[in-house]
Amino acid sequence: MSEAVIRVAGLGKSYVTAAGLFPALKGVDLTIQRSEFVAIMGPSGSGKSTFMNLLGCLDTPSSGDYFLVERNVAHMPGDELAILRNRTIGFVFQGFNLLPRMTLEDNVALPLVYSGIGREARREKGRQMLARVGLDGYALSLPARISGGQQQRVAIARALINSPRLILADEPTGNLDSHTSEEIMALFEQLNAEGITIVLVTHEADIAAHARRQVRFLDGFIVSDTATPVSELQPC
Amino acid sequence: MLSAMLGEAWHAMGCNRMRTALTMLGMVIGVGSVVLMLAIGQGAQYAVAQTISTMGSNLYILISGSTSTSGVRTGSGFGPTLNVADAEAISELDDITHVAPVHQGTQQLVYGAKNWSTTIVGTTPSYLDARAWTLTSGYAFGESDVRSASRVALIGKTAAENLFDREDPIGKTIRIRQTPFVIIGTLAAKGQNLDGRDQDDTVIIPLTTAQRKVFGVPFAGSVRTIILQASSAEAMPAVEKSVTALLRRRHRLRDDMDNDFYIRNLAAAADSAAETTRVMSLLLGAIASVSLLVGGIGIMNIMLVSVTERTREIGIRMAIGARQKDILTQFLLEAIMISIAGCLIGLLLGIGGALLINAITDMVIVISGGAVIVAFAVAAGVGVFFGFYPARKAAALDPIEALRYQ
Ligand SMILES: Nc1ncnc2c1ncn2[C@@H]1O[C@H](COP(=O)(O)OP(=O)(O)OP(=O)(O)O)[C@@H](O)[C@H]1O
Ligand SMILES: [Mg+2]
Repeated sequence: MSEAVIRVAGLGKSYVTAAGLFPALKGVDLTIQRSEFVAIMGPSGSGKSTFMNLLGCLDTPSSGDYFLVERNVAHMPGDELAILRNRTIGFVFQGFNLLPRMTLEDNVALPLVYSGIGREARREKGRQMLARVGLDGYALSLPARISGGQQQRVAIARALINSPRLILADEPTGNLDSHTSEEIMALFEQLNAEGITIVLVTHEADIAAHARRQVRFLDGFIVSDTATPVSELQPC
Repeated sequence: MLSAMLGEAWHAMGCNRMRTALTMLGMVIGVGSVVLMLAIGQGAQYAVAQTISTMGSNLYILISGSTSTSGVRTGSGFGPTLNVADAEAISELDDITHVAPVHQGTQQLVYGAKNWSTTIVGTTPSYLDARAWTLTSGYAFGESDVRSASRVALIGKTAAENLFDREDPIGKTIRIRQTPFVIIGTLAAKGQNLDGRDQDDTVIIPLTTAQRKVFGVPFAGSVRTIILQASSAEAMPAVEKSVTALLRRRHRLRDDMDNDFYIRNLAAAADSAAETTRVMSLLLGAIASVSLLVGGIGIMNIMLVSVTERTREIGIRMAIGARQKDILTQFLLEAIMISIAGCLIGLLLGIGGALLINAITDMVIVISGGAVIVAFAVAAGVGVFFGFYPARKAAALDPIEALRYQ
């Protein structure tokens, strides 16, 4: 049974700038089924991050509709979007975005603070998640003490903690060397194999090759949507 | 959820200890000075109330004026306008519980080789009742002692200490102007009166004896003062009217003549003294409250800086599911915790300061539970009030903008 985790129709986003309204996304249609692994590519400024922020319920569209697990979230109030970000979506950033003064287990368990879980249970779960991304034994370290690749693993563990259906990652390997990037991609592939839907943005063809579907953005539109690896393409 | 939030707030406070401590300092000084000022103010009120309670309640004092006709004083050869018969007539009026004519003056007491100058009060037994003055030993003189002008005396604590040291004064004979008096009772201590005079530096003797042997009054039976006690505070205005009317009649004053006596309400004097100290303590409290306000503004200032500094953190929290009200609660709790912690330290310092003042001066200090609770509630209120604006600012941030903030 195929189930659409993401379905967007005519999705548009315009930013208010000094020079007037700037349309960053000009009407995008896309459906992503459960357990898909999608790479989003395209040149700088083509609207990829704008699109990901909309998918991640971090921002609201100017036009069009966004069905997340069949629920239209385009016009949802902020608090309900917060609950979706907490439970349904895990977001991974290029810059990791860990809280520098918190231990890794507390960082990983931070989303549970907003799901009303007690402290000991949170830490327990946090340690479990760290183990799942291969970082057992690092529970009490601080983010600054570990490498970039490890920090990104911690961020992935945090995204996973509420067992989301969907992981969104905006250039998750953008700050990492190629070897570490491969490790992170292996982790994503493993998660995808476990049934989690993954959408990630990348500039690099060999990263995109890990996905089973590649969507290409240009100037606020989707210009191609292929289901075969595109390793022969030049990096943008 | 709340406990998780408390933990977060605690963590945030610990992250920047120096700043947290400085922010708290404002609250510490504010609360400390409020507590200290309230303790001093309430202590002053307590001291005044204590003094008032030693005066006796619902008292009037009648003071004889000079006899005057149409504003022309008729020389000083005349004696006081009040007399013992006036006092007896007054005691027949309604709503009067005690009346005592009083003749007092300063005289030297002599006991053996020692002497001591003190206030001699010549009066009747009602005096002790009107002033609610009890004896610690011996017994009081009675009406018969007044009639027979007995040479007996009651001695106040201060006078007794100066004349007798640790000896028991009962049964001893002292001399006042060569006349021997036997001490038959010792008076309970009353402390200072509202004017700051020591009420215990006194000897009380029968009025008749005082007038004949001690003061040598040319007009026997006339007195300078009469104290009288109304049966209740409510009855006082009526008593004042009826006493005034009675005395005017007895003194045959025509309608166009002024009173030849003054009637002074001691309760009113006490009330005004109490009012003065109440206003003083309010004023002290108000001044201290300003520093509490400044402390509150300090909290707001730091919280605003903190919100700006932690914009990215707020963005991250929002991205992983914090609702606006979660962020609001977090920052509000932080402000409240800082102010309550500051308040606790301030309370301790304020109470410590009050105890210190109490130890090194003879000022009365009263620390009431009420004041402590109020200070606490105010501190929490200050935290909410001054923490709300920065917290709302944090909660209103846009997640994307906050995440992008460097
Ligand atoms: N908040 C904003 N206000 C105004 N313009 C914006 C804003 N965010 C993005 N834009 C503009 O929208 C366009 C799309 O931006 P977006 O960040 O989505 O591009 P991108 O495809 O992610 O690029 P990159 O590969 O560099 O990350 C860009 O031209 C950008 O300048
Ligand atoms: Mg981008």
